[in-house]
Amino acid sequence: MSPELLSWMSPELLNWVVIPAVKTAVILAIVLTIVAYATLLERKVLAYIQARVGPNRAGPKAILQPLADGFKLMSKEDLVPDGAMRFLHLLAPILIMVPALAIFAFIPMGDTTTLFGLLEEPVPIFVADLNVAVLFVIGFAGLGLYGVVLGGWASNSKYSLLGALRSAAQIVSYEVPQALALIGVLVLAGSMSLVRIVEAQREMGVWFAFPGFLAFFIYFVCGVAETNRNPFDLPECESELVNGYFTEYSGVKFALFYMAEYANILVVSCLSTILFLGGWLPPFPSLAVWQHLPSLPLFWFLAKVFVFIFFYIWVRATFPRYRFDQLMGLMWKWMLPLALANLILLALVKLWLLK
Amino acid sequence: MLDIQELEINMGPQHPATHGVLRIILKLDGEKIVGARPVIGYLHRGTEKIFESQTYSGNVPHTDRLDYTAAATSNHAYCGAVEKLLGIEVPRRARVVRVILDELQRIASHLIWLGTHALDIGAMTPFFYNFREREYILDLFEEFCGARLTLHCMKVGGVYDDLPPGWIEKLQRFIEVFDKAVWDYEDLLTGNRIWKQRTIGVGVISPEEAIDWGLTGPPLRGSGVKWDVRRALPYEIYPELEFDIPVGRNGDTYDRYLVRMEEMRQSSRILKQCIQKLEPGDVVAKGVRVLRPKPAEVYFSVEAPKGELGYHILSDGTDKPHRVKVRPPCFVNLQVLPALVKGHLVADVVAVIGTLDIVLGEIDR
Repeated sequence: MSPELLSWMSPELLNWVVIPAVKTAVILAIVLTIVAYATLLERKVLAYIQARVGPNRAGPKAILQPLADGFKLMSKEDLVPDGAMRFLHLLAPILIMVPALAIFAFIPMGDTTTLFGLLEEPVPIFVADLNVAVLFVIGFAGLGLYGVVLGGWASNSKYSLLGALRSAAQIVSYEVPQALALIGVLVLAGSMSLVRIVEAQREMGVWFAFPGFLAFFIYFVCGVAETNRNPFDLPECESELVNGYFTEYSGVKFALFYMAEYANILVVSCLSTILFLGGWLPPFPSLAVWQHLPSLPLFWFLAKVFVFIFFYIWVRATFPRYRFDQLMGLMWKWMLPLALANLILLALVKLWLLK
Repeated sequence: MLDIQELEINMGPQHPATHGVLRIILKLDGEKIVGARPVIGYLHRGTEKIFESQTYSGNVPHTDRLDYTAAATSNHAYCGAVEKLLGIEVPRRARVVRVILDELQRIASHLIWLGTHALDIGAMTPFFYNFREREYILDLFEEFCGARLTLHCMKVGGVYDDLPPGWIEKLQRFIEVFDKAVWDYEDLLTGNRIWKQRTIGVGVISPEEAIDWGLTGPPLRGSGVKWDVRRALPYEIYPELEFDIPVGRNGDTYDRYLVRMEEMRQSSRILKQCIQKLEPGDVVAKGVRVLRPKPAEVYFSVEAPKGELGYHILSDGTDKPHRVKVRPPCFVNLQVLPALVKGHLVADVVAVIGTLDIVLGEIDR
């Protein structure tokens, strides 16, 4: 293919409609594939940690397992319990899935690409570089809660309701320290654009994880709580609330909840990568050696994201679960003061060290 | 005025954390438990009635099905009671083999307890490690008596058969593996902050209360009462063996956890001593054919993994017992549940169910 193939389009059409649409489709495809295979990765890694084999039937190395799972869930009967609010019951899984995917519009997986010379001008590998992207991300992440609470409320089940209540209690606890940890990064970068944040790390020659190690820690812990994962999987903990807010879901709706969990893991992993581990930058981006090597932005980005996802699974295999009052205690009594202290620390670092 | 109602939820009989078919009706104020009422009977099979229509030796397989996670100690308690009734002297080798089986069963049962208890509290991985080691024990059982779960490995007057050749070597290998494995479990849980937060101070019961409720086994010893049937009412070769009875101090879930962990180590210590004490000889008492005891009444109990398991047998001169009453430790231990969970949160209910280590087969009978 040559650039002439695209020349019949006016530049406006190309730049404002075609390229964003194509990019959206490509990013959605990448994200959904990663989400599907994250489920397989989780099952495999958990299995190896727990001295068992894990899935190994569907295709070589269980490579078709996500497809098989998806097919199974699609073919299941969609049950709605008696007395449930049908509309909200349907809306909840959509409300939880859409924000999780929408966040990927702002997530830069690399700086620019020419698709191996296919395009004349380099195109950025993200749909939108918003100058308030961080705010949008926090907002969309908060929207996911509506799915959880509505799902629990609309199911007409006491277990679901308790799960939803716990989720509401959880979100008010983790969002404050999480946002404060993010503010620390904003102080360092001086911008709310995720692309600018990565660029700032390139300019300083150091990942924010080093000056902002406290913020990094707080953000990750809160991220685990945000995704309802062990040790903070209280809203859906199997041994107490059966399955929490999505106890009464089956079939495609259940699949949406299930995929949203992994999409959220991916969101938190991507954001941690961008905010603290230099996004698509190689380790220690100021080293001279990187000048002589190909830059490989997508490789670095996905490698870091993979490390985070692996860490998530590792944590799940290791820890018992917090009780929900203990989670609130942890967040309010430890994480919040820590986040405030960290904010002051980073402001001082910015003021004196990183001029 | 708002009318504030308590939320009543029905935990079980189909629930991932009620260990079988226990049903608990919980009354909640938010997440706080105002009242809890266990409902049992979903696994009732009329075992005690069946005992009356079978011969004395025909009853042994039914005892397997009471505490199905610890069949050997069930067999032992029943056979011991019948032997006491008939005045049968069990040969020495059979006594040692019985103790070996009992202690292996204690480890196997505690491994299930630890796995499920940890799983309920959210730690997934210990479960699989526990079952890996438990598999060794089941393999040993399988080689000895052909069954893995419902063993039926003892008979009135001794055990069915001698140990197969090479069995003791395999047992020694298991002990070596297991002594290391226990520390692996402790590494995962004992010092873990979350584990401690979830278990310390949860389900506290004082020594006096524990005695008043009639608790036995680890729930009693966790409160600091040093009472173990193996020492208090010795049977078989336990008086010759050296082992400690671990006790807790605070009577909470964490202490009961520590007690059971230490019991597994002590069991392994007993196994090592038993291997030394194993001498050639008969494994069944001679001349035990038709069992027709004179009218009498006996009670015999053993220290099952979950507490004192006793059989009360009333004979009427025929070859079938007139009445058999089982004193299952789980049934007695379960009744303390409402008192333990009151005022705690829903999440603690599963921790307390786990720490009581109940098995419904024995509760319902």
